Amino acid sequence: MFAYFMVNAWEAATIVAIVAGVVGFFTVLRGAAFAAHSLPNGAFAGAAGAVLIGANTIVGLGVFSLAGAGMIAGLGRRARSDVATALTIVLMLALGDLFLSRTSEYAPEIYSLLFGEVLGVSTSKLWPTIAIAAVCVAAIVFLYRPLMLSSVTPEVAEARGINTRLMDLAFLVVVALVTTMAVPVVGSLLIFSLLIGPPAAARSFTNRPLVAMGLSVLLALVTVWAAIAVSYETNLPIGFFVGSISAFAYTVGRGWTAWQQKDRGRRHGRLHPATVAGRTGPGAPNPAVS
Amino acid sequence: MTAATLLSPLFEPGFFSSQPVQVALAVGGIVAIVSGVVGVFTVVRGQSFAGHALSDIGTAGGSAAFLVGVSTLTGFVVFNVIAAGVMELIGIRKPRGRDLATGIVLGASLGLAALFLYEDTVSSSTTGATVNVLFGSIFTLPPGITTVIAVLGAVSVALIAVLYRPLLLSSVSYELAGARGVPVRLVGAGYLLALALAVSLSAVTIGAILSTALLIGPAAIALRVATRTGVAIAVAGVVGVLACWVGTLIAYDSTVWAGGNGWPVSFCIVAVIFVLYFVSGVVSRLRTGGQRRATKDQPGAAEPAKAA
Repeated sequence: MFAYFMVNAWEAATIVAIVAGVVGFFTVLRGAAFAAHSLPNGAFAGAAGAVLIGANTIVGLGVFSLAGAGMIAGLGRRARSDVATALTIVLMLALGDLFLSRTSEYAPEIYSLLFGEVLGVSTSKLWPTIAIAAVCVAAIVFLYRPLMLSSVTPEVAEARGINTRLMDLAFLVVVALVTTMAVPVVGSLLIFSLLIGPPAAARSFTNRPLVAMGLSVLLALVTVWAAIAVSYETNLPIGFFVGSISAFAYTVGRGWTAWQQKDRGRRHGRLHPATVAGRTGPGAPNPAVS
Repeated sequence: MTAATLLSPLFEPGFFSSQPVQVALAVGGIVAIVSGVVGVFTVVRGQSFAGHALSDIGTAGGSAAFLVGVSTLTGFVVFNVIAAGVMELIGIRKPRGRDLATGIVLGASLGLAALFLYEDTVSSSTTGATVNVLFGSIFTLPPGITTVIAVLGAVSVALIAVLYRPLLLSSVSYELAGARGVPVRLVGAGYLLALALAVSLSAVTIGAILSTALLIGPAAIALRVATRTGVAIAVAGVVGVLACWVGTLIAYDSTVWAGGNGWPVSFCIVAVIFVLYFVSGVVSRLRTGGQRRATKDQPGAAEPAKAA
């Protein structure tokens, strides 16, 4: 499992998990699951286009995911963001289909871009991954405060002079960079699961942002490490294990939240029936909203 | 000069007599209408992600069906209905959290799809299955599928018709609908069921790309130009059918100018939808500009109420 040819796989997966944990925290906070799905998925068009004109795959992925980020932000000015995202992914996929139809040699590589080929990561692929990963983490550190404020309370952020539209775009650009970094090594499916599952689970356990971010990195690491190990032993695809472990972590997190709320209710003693009735009224905080 | 000779440069020979094209036009038309009707509610409710995710989630069902030897459509429908149920069960109302729940279900399903596709390729050593499940192909549909598609589509539209009033109310204002005694969760679940059916049948026949394109594109276009929901639904249906047919025609004709290797249908239809989307943007901007001028001329004239 730790043989020479596996070293790159472990390193690549570890880097991707750290970045996914950090960026994923904001993805979950901003409810940007659709963008986190669309950019990695649509970016394959860039790879197909790059093959067509004989350019580097990573350059193609980068150009397309950045263009996609710009398009989501641009269309989002005049339409709802989910509609803008849907139109963007549709256009990117359709362009990918067009590029694929122009070349005959590419088709099997779709599979590897979707589901990754972490076990086949070469050292030459590892360097761009490390470089872009560093840029992503640096961008999050640099943008931490305004991004946090615009994610949690956009109104307050606006009042303090933060351009929330610019923050939207900045965050999408970071997701585009994560895409460029992760898709060649782990595939679009896996990076999506990592951006959503571990951070969502982490948020169920704590409300403190930095603790949640740390926990999210930890959970992402455990998820990929366990997935690689089990995949190595069973010979089944890594994507399956990452997907199921992520979903499992989220379920445990939700269960934990529900149990905590029940426990808190019990500790506060028996509530007066009127209070209980009042709490279920329209003004009451909805416990299901996380 | 007859109309036929006038139009002949537009239609390459064999367009109307070719059976694959006829099936493509019929299935595409049905799917476009169903997607348009369901899509308007998808856009109004802000559930585009669920609409798109279901087309990908169905991939897991499709690949599982391949493995156990039932039809792909059965796999899609079963998986999507289950997935819609799980999304509803997680039951988060706020759009942010709802997209998150969709994402979790999507991630887990794609993991399953990876497993099933892996088993498929191991058992039959074809990677073609992956590509076909993802992109679909409107030109290679068996003729018999039209009836099945029509029946499933009718069920989906009927569900929307039955739920129409409460669904509209709960889509526009969840609280108001709840206060009026509308069973909002039940209505939401019914809508998700209609969405799951609509997406299953479109994803199987025309592929995941076009499924989302025809669900969201025409509805978004319609809601830009129409102010009433009923009108928007009609416009979405017409726009969807138009985009689908014109796109199919361009793809068919493209085999001539592209030297035998035609452009993919998906790209042609999406291109038509984008052109119409930008045209509708210009139309709505001109119209609101005109209205503003009109209101300025007549002080006291009420702003027209927007339905959605």
